[in-house]
Amino acid sequence: MSPHALDGEDPDRLYTVTGGRSRAEDTGLDLVTLVVSESDAAPGMQSEHARILRIARRPTSVVELSADLGLPVSVVKILLADLLDRGMVSARHPSSATAEARLPDPDFLRKVLVGLSNL
Amino acid sequence: MDSATSDPGGPARPPLRATASDGVKIVVVGGFGVGKTTMVRAVSEIRPLSTEEVMTQAGVGVDDTAGARDKTTTTIAFDFGRISLDEELVLYLFGAPGQKRFWFLWDQLFSGTLGVVVLVDAHRIEDSWYAVDRLEHHGIPFIVARNRFEPVAHTLEELREALDLPEGIPVVECDARDRESSKQVLLALVDHLYALSSAPSARETAS
Repeated sequence: MSPHALDGEDPDRLYTVTGGRSRAEDTGLDLVTLVVSESDAAPGMQSEHARILRIARRPTSVVELSADLGLPVSVVKILLADLLDRGMVSARHPSSATAEARLPDPDFLRKVLVGLSNL
Repeated sequence: MDSATSDPGGPARPPLRATASDGVKIVVVGGFGVGKTTMVRAVSEIRPLSTEEVMTQAGVGVDDTAGARDKTTTTIAFDFGRISLDEELVLYLFGAPGQKRFWFLWDQLFSGTLGVVVLVDAHRIEDSWYAVDRLEHHGIPFIVARNRFEPVAHTLEELREALDLPEGIPVVECDARDRESSKQVLLALVDHLYALSSAPSARETAS
């Protein structure tokens, strides 16, 4: 599915997908939170949920799921919140997004530097 | 160690390591056509993906959607790529336009970003003024990279003056099409962050 399909996305459809919920900010999910499936898709499950469970058999970020599903990030966060509540996925949160300080500590940045240098 | 075959029904891109646990963000901002996606593609381990965020909010003071007085819908499209840095760390590199509505979504989408690369077209420096202003306003660490499409007459020092950049902010030249050159831009940014983070009392003054 092309994400550009979103350009003319019908708000009613987004409403249906999320069951009318719109509290993406409360999910504690970041763009780069890594999601991992903890169970298989079940018959009769909402198709978006089933797709997430299939894709996230390996760690997959929220933003990758958004691109794969062709849905806005906030909609995906709401879908993920359902799966988290039911224990069907787990979330690995980014350490930098939860830090109090604007700048990460030097040890963390050194790891980023080493990783980039090895590219 | 990892199987190269993709899962049927899964996305057609290499999966992350099973040990991947910590996502990191760096954002490349710049005007239309300056080469943001080109840079993301040059260093990414996956073909760049794109997606959107939509926000509907009452009385936000941004009037991109004419006629919508009470509810303003803000849509921002962005590209991104991915670089596995080690067993746990995964860097996501976002390419995003620097226009007004983008900054409006900054806190929702890009809070916790390590830092920002402002990608500048030497012939359209004015496209970058707004981004530089917003980054300084938000106190987000950044560097400026001039994408070299063709030989340019102005020095990087002249670019610094044109953008009215403070002394401490690195200004580098790059070829966004080139993997090594784009990698050097990211290294310059993280070097800058490292210097800021290591400096005595940096962490207080930066916040």
